[in-house]
Amino acid sequence: MTRADVIIVGGGLMGAATALFLRQRGVSVILLERDLVGSHASGTNFGNVRRQGRFLPQLPLANRSREIWGRLPEVIGEDAEFLPSGHLRVAFSDAAIGKLEAYARDARPYGLELELITGNALRARFPFLSPEARMASYSPLDGHANPRLAAPAFARAARRAGAEVQERTEVLSIAKSAEDFLVETPAGTFRAPILQVSSGAWGGRMAEAFGEPVPITPRGPQMGVTEPVPYRIAPVLGVASDVTEEGVYLRQVERGNIVFGGGLRSEASLDTKRARLDPVNTLRQLPYLARLLPAVRALSVIRTWSGVEGYMRDDIPVMGPSAKVPGLFYAFGFCGHGFQLGPGVGATMAELIATGSPGVPIDPFLISRFAASEGDPR
Amino acid sequence: MAGPVIVVGAGPAGIRAAERLVEAGLRPVLIEESARDGGQIYRRQPEGFTRPHEALYGSEAAKARALHAAAEALRPRVDWRPETLVWAARDNALLVNAAGRSESLPYAALILATGATDRVMPLPGWTLPGVTTLGGAQIALKAQACTIGARPVFLGTGPLLYLVAWQYLKAGAAVQAVLDTSPFMKRVEALPWMLARPGLVVRGWTYTRDLQKAGVRIATGIMPVAIEGDDRAAAVRWRDATGQDHRTECDAVGIGYGLRSETQLADLARCAFAFDAGARQWLPVADEDGRAGVPGVYLAGDGAQVRGADAAELAGRLAACAALRDLGTAVDEIEMVTLRRRLAPMTRFRRGLERAFPWPANLAAALPDEALVCRCEAITAGTLRRAGGEYGAPEVNRAKAFSRTGMGRCQGRMCGLAAAEVLAAARGEPIEAVGRLRGAAPVKPLPVATEAAP
Repeated sequence: MTRADVIIVGGGLMGAATALFLRQRGVSVILLERDLVGSHASGTNFGNVRRQGRFLPQLPLANRSREIWGRLPEVIGEDAEFLPSGHLRVAFSDAAIGKLEAYARDARPYGLELELITGNALRARFPFLSPEARMASYSPLDGHANPRLAAPAFARAARRAGAEVQERTEVLSIAKSAEDFLVETPAGTFRAPILQVSSGAWGGRMAEAFGEPVPITPRGPQMGVTEPVPYRIAPVLGVASDVTEEGVYLRQVERGNIVFGGGLRSEASLDTKRARLDPVNTLRQLPYLARLLPAVRALSVIRTWSGVEGYMRDDIPVMGPSAKVPGLFYAFGFCGHGFQLGPGVGATMAELIATGSPGVPIDPFLISRFAASEGDPR
Repeated sequence: MAGPVIVVGAGPAGIRAAERLVEAGLRPVLIEESARDGGQIYRRQPEGFTRPHEALYGSEAAKARALHAAAEALRPRVDWRPETLVWAARDNALLVNAAGRSESLPYAALILATGATDRVMPLPGWTLPGVTTLGGAQIALKAQACTIGARPVFLGTGPLLYLVAWQYLKAGAAVQAVLDTSPFMKRVEALPWMLARPGLVVRGWTYTRDLQKAGVRIATGIMPVAIEGDDRAAAVRWRDATGQDHRTECDAVGIGYGLRSETQLADLARCAFAFDAGARQWLPVADEDGRAGVPGVYLAGDGAQVRGADAAELAGRLAACAALRDLGTAVDEIEMVTLRRRLAPMTRFRRGLERAFPWPANLAAALPDEALVCRCEAITAGTLRRAGGEYGAPEVNRAKAFSRTGMGRCQGRMCGLAAAEVLAAARGEPIEAVGRLRGAAPVKPLPVATEAAP
C-alpha cells in the first residue's frame, strides 16, 4: 500500500497544478487519473486565459493564476503556447455596451484595468473586427494557451518534483479510517490523511458519496477549428451578449488556425465519458463567428470536438475544504471557465492544504453554500 | 425511425444497393460527393469527353458500361444528390452540404458505401511536386486524359502498382521503373488464396509481362530510400533486395501501398470498430451481410473491407437485402445465400492480396526523424516519436494532441495509418495497442459560409 501526505483524485489541470505546488511546499503527493492527464475538460476546452467578464469575486484567484501563466517556463519548464496577446469582448447592442461599461468600472478595484474602445478608434486598432461592432472592452494582459499541452506539462513537472502520477488508474472506492483516506484502485490501495477531489464533472458523484450533494450537470462545449491562414489576429475575441447562441468566441493560434467555440452546449455523459458534439450547433455558430470576424467566411472548418465539463447551477465552481469530512478538499465544477484559473487553483489549494489558509478569498466557492439551501439541491 | 433509406456513395456498392432498394419499390436517397456516379474504379470522364469505355476501363469496360447504365436507369427512381458532401451524422440523420447549404436528412436505414483511398507510407521527399498517389495518377489518366509525367516511376506495392504502370505504358508514358516493396516469393506463398479468382491472377501476370516486354524495369523486395529533387521530383533512390543502392531518374512518382477503407462516416454513425490484422487497419464491425453494430446502419464495398469492385457490387446488393429485411420487406433467402456464396472467394482473394502485397509496416520504423509524416501540419517522424517517447503518449489520439499529427485538413485520413506505425514502432508496441484516430466532423472541410437549411 502506498501512502502520501495528500492524494489527489483527478488529473485535470486543477489536480496536476495542485500536485506540483504541493511538492514545491515539500508535501508528498499521489495524483490518480482515471484516463490520461488532461484528457477531458482540461484538454478539450477553448484555451482562454481570460480574466475580464468573470464573476468579480473570482478576480483575485484569476489574478493569481495570470501571474503564474506569465512565468510558466520557470514553473513547469515550458510555456504551453501561452500568448498574452490581449482579449477583446465585443458589444453589438446598447445592452451589451452598458454591461461592458459597468464591468470595466467594477473590475478596477480588483486590479483589472480594461480599456473601452469605440468608433473609429476601434476600427483603427482592430481592423479585422466587424463594422457592426459598437464597442470592445480590451484586456491587454489576458490571452490564450494550448489546452492540450497545459495539464500534461503540469503533471510532468509535478512528477519531476517528486509527485507520484498514476494515469489510467480509476478510483473504485474511497473509505475513511480514523486517520487516513483509503483509495482503492485496480493498481492497489493508496492512503493519505488528506484527499482532494478535482475530478471535474465527475466531482459531484464523489462529493455526494461524502454526504455533500451539489447541483452539477455535465455538458459539452462546441469547439471547432478552421484551416490555417497567416497569423494576423493577436487578441482573443468574444461576443458580449446575454443571448446564449450569440456568445461565440475565437482565437487565432500562431500556427494560423482559428479556434472557436461558444453558443449552445451539447449533452455529455459521465458514464460513457464522452460528450458528442452536435454538428447542428456548429452550423448555428458560423453566422455569429462571421459577424464577429467577417474574414472568417472565406475559411473552412476542418475539425470539431467536445469534452465533458461540469456546470454548477450557480455557474461558479466548488473549491475549498469539505463542510463535513475533515481532511477532504474540493476543486471541481469549473463551469467551462476553469482553464485560466487552473494554475491559480493549484497554488491556492496547495497553500490551503499546507498552511490552512488559501492566500486569496475563496469563500464564494465553498461547498457549504449548497448545504444551506432547502431540500434537494438539484 | 422515420425517413427514407439513404445510400452514401455512388460507386459499385452504392449503385447496386440503391438498385436493389428500387426493385423493392423504395425511393432511396443516393448521395455522391463527386459530380457523377461510377466511384473511383469506374470513374466517369467529365461531361463532353467522348473516349469509349474500352479506352477508359480496358478489360473492365463491360462491367463499367453495365454499372453506368444501371446508374442512369436509377436516376428517375431515386433522390439523386450529386456534388453533395455528408459532413456529419447525428441521431439517425445525416448532415449534408450541397452548393453551400447544409441540411439534415433523417433516415430509416443508412447504407455506407464510402469506398477507399490510397494507402501511403511516407518517405523523404514524398511531398515534392510531381509525387502523387497511384489512385491519383490513375484518375488523372481516366478522368482528364492527363499523365502525372512523361517519365514516371511507380513505387509501392499491390495490384494497382502494376495496373497503373501498365495503363501509363499504354498511354504512351516512358515508365522508368516499377518498384515493389513486396518480395516476389510472397506472391507465390499467397497463391492458394489468390487462386480463388484465377482470372485476376492471370491478368496481373499479363500486366507484368507487357511491362517487361516494353523494357520497363520491375524490381521486387525493394526498400524505398528517398525521392529527390529541388523543386519537384527528379529521382527515386532505392535499395534492391540484395542491399545494393540505386537511383532512378524520373519526372514524376506514383506511390501507393494498397488501399485503406474510408471509415469516418461509420465512426460518426457510432459503429463499433475492431482491429483487422490482415488489413492492419481498424475497421467498422459488420456481419456477413453488412449490418453494423448500430441498428439501421449497413456497410458495403471497400469502405467496409477492401475486396474490390466486383465484391462491392455484390456486397452493396446484399446490404440492401439486409436493410430491406430489417425494415420488414420480404427478401428471398435464396438471393442472399447466393450473394454470400459469390462473395466468399472474393474475401479469400482479399486475404491473398494482403499476403502477397503486405503493407510495409517496417518502413515506418526506418523513416528518418526529419521526414514528414503529417503533410497537412508538416509534422516530422521525430516530433511524433517524441510525443510517444518523452511525452509518453500511449496511443494515437494522445500523440495527435501533443504533436498535431493528423490534425490538419485531411484529419489523418492520409497519414493516420502510417503515423500509427511510426508511434507503435517508437514505443515498441504492437500496432493495435496504439489504437486509431477518433473520427470527428466535418468529414471533409466545411466552409464557414455554409448556410443552414431551415
